[in-house]
Amino acid sequence: MSTSRAKGSYLTQPAPKASQPPVQREVEVVSARPVGAYVELTLAAPEVAQRAQPGQFVAFAVGGPMTANLLRRSIAIAGTGEGTVTVVVAPHGPGSTWLAERRAGDTVDVVGPLGRPFPLPGSGTTALLVGGGYGAAALVGLAGLLRSHGSRVLAVTGAADAARLCSVEELGAVADRVEVTTDDGSAGRAGRVTVAVDELIGESGVAYACGPMPMLRAVADAATAAGVPSYVAVEESMACGIGVCMTCVLPVVGSDGQTRFSRSCTEGPVFGGDRVRFADVGSLPWDVVGADAMGVVRP
Amino acid sequence: MTVLDTAVDMTTALGSVPLVGPVLTASGCSAFGQELEPFVDLTALGAVVTKSVQLRPRSGRPTPRMAETPSGMLNSIGLQGPGIDGLLAGELPWLAERGVPAFVSIAGTRVEDFAELATRLRGVPGVLGLEVNISCPNVESRGEVFACDPLAASDVIAAVRAAADPAQPVYAKLSPDVTDIVSVARAVTEAGADGLSMINTLLGLVIDPDTMKPVLGGVTGGLSGPAVRPVAVRCVWQVHQALPEVPILGMGGIRSGLDALQFVLAGASAVSVGTAVFHDPSATARVHRELAAALAERGFSSLREAVGYAHR
Repeated sequence: MSTSRAKGSYLTQPAPKASQPPVQREVEVVSARPVGAYVELTLAAPEVAQRAQPGQFVAFAVGGPMTANLLRRSIAIAGTGEGTVTVVVAPHGPGSTWLAERRAGDTVDVVGPLGRPFPLPGSGTTALLVGGGYGAAALVGLAGLLRSHGSRVLAVTGAADAARLCSVEELGAVADRVEVTTDDGSAGRAGRVTVAVDELIGESGVAYACGPMPMLRAVADAATAAGVPSYVAVEESMACGIGVCMTCVLPVVGSDGQTRFSRSCTEGPVFGGDRVRFADVGSLPWDVVGADAMGVVRP
Repeated sequence: MTVLDTAVDMTTALGSVPLVGPVLTASGCSAFGQELEPFVDLTALGAVVTKSVQLRPRSGRPTPRMAETPSGMLNSIGLQGPGIDGLLAGELPWLAERGVPAFVSIAGTRVEDFAELATRLRGVPGVLGLEVNISCPNVESRGEVFACDPLAASDVIAAVRAAADPAQPVYAKLSPDVTDIVSVARAVTEAGADGLSMINTLLGLVIDPDTMKPVLGGVTGGLSGPAVRPVAVRCVWQVHQALPEVPILGMGGIRSGLDALQFVLAGASAVSVGTAVFHDPSATARVHRELAAALAERGFSSLREAVGYAHR
């Protein structure tokens, strides 16, 4: 992305803050259901459910009271029910594995809802929703909300293989159209989500994506190239989830056209897709605000 | 509040400045306090110790900035922050409007930077005092921080004490990564420090076995959390033994009231709760409650009676 882009030339505005603050509660697991490679946990968390908006996440303490794993695990809210919140856990490290082993009746300490929700388009705008792996779960609530606002909803969900697909049925129940892709062809069309995104972006007025960073970048680039605003929900590793640790930052262009290291938890996880400088993630470009004080100078 | 809480006088002080309670946030672990508002009553804290501020805004280091370690974490943030102008215009007024006392951590790369920061903070409403961060390992010179050299540390503290508001106590934040912390403590005290904050993080390194490279973008990072607590308690113990009249703000891996009690018994008259806030955003209030109960159970009628009690 050109760093000299005028501040008016972005297709998106930064996502506004959520309307209500988070709560911290000890809550009971009401059900745990294996879904392919994942586990879907439903929690009795009425105060979180009542406040949650699509795109927001919750942060779990893991390992119980004596745990040596002190950092919170942040997971997107997949949906809310009557006083309940559902998340999809992908077990990979010790914390997420512990969470995935929770069963009905167990309790967990949860903070949420956290982060900024997906901004909604004008009524009736056709929306393209793209989910990668378990990231698709975060789009289910959004799909329902968009439909209730009169949007036509096109959904693409992709994963490495069939077991890693997520929320296909749930999206199918609300979306007008669902395309499935897998890298190995074990379900749906063989290939990446971009195969379907490229076909559908032209008839969309806005795009939303949640999933791994390379996928978000591909969706954002496709949308921006087509002149369509996009919003991506990023998954950065976070220590706290509430905005105090400063570990989850990304280079993001603000409404003033300046790039800052922005916290994925409190300034995200939803960012304008054309405002995230994907190519610069993990580096310190000279034009990030405050880079000069780090000794990084204009080349 | 339980009956046990109210039975113990939990008031304390930072130097000459009275505090309603002995539990503070830790610099770099609660940003500027705003994010904790949904979880704790900030006005009930001893103070919010703000993230170290420098003269200019700083981006901080590239990611990854964090690695989880057993009972702790390694961080390499690089002092991301708004700079003193931003702090004075935004964060400090926010705290002052709510009646939340601020203990402002300042950092810099030159002695003059620290002195200028102290000057800018003179008389600012709500600023109780200054914590002088001469020990952050995530700076350009890495291990060679001011706090590793008694002379360099003294130069900074003398300059800050001379420039700062006389009503604002100046605490020197010390590094445990030294051979003899008592000599550094003695030097900065003689240079005018009104108190000592102990400890900053320990310099550490984590290597990813898959990539076979350091995990952090900044290569090394600061180790914090309960893993470092015995080191911190040892530092407080040694310094209190050598300099019993010097007030100590103790920190390093405090997660519970009993952890805080160890610091108090070793000689700390107040404590900061840092990394535990990442795990439990209401940790500061809980630690206060648990510490009050623990003191009551042990027959103390005030926190002050327990300070340094382990040295008897």
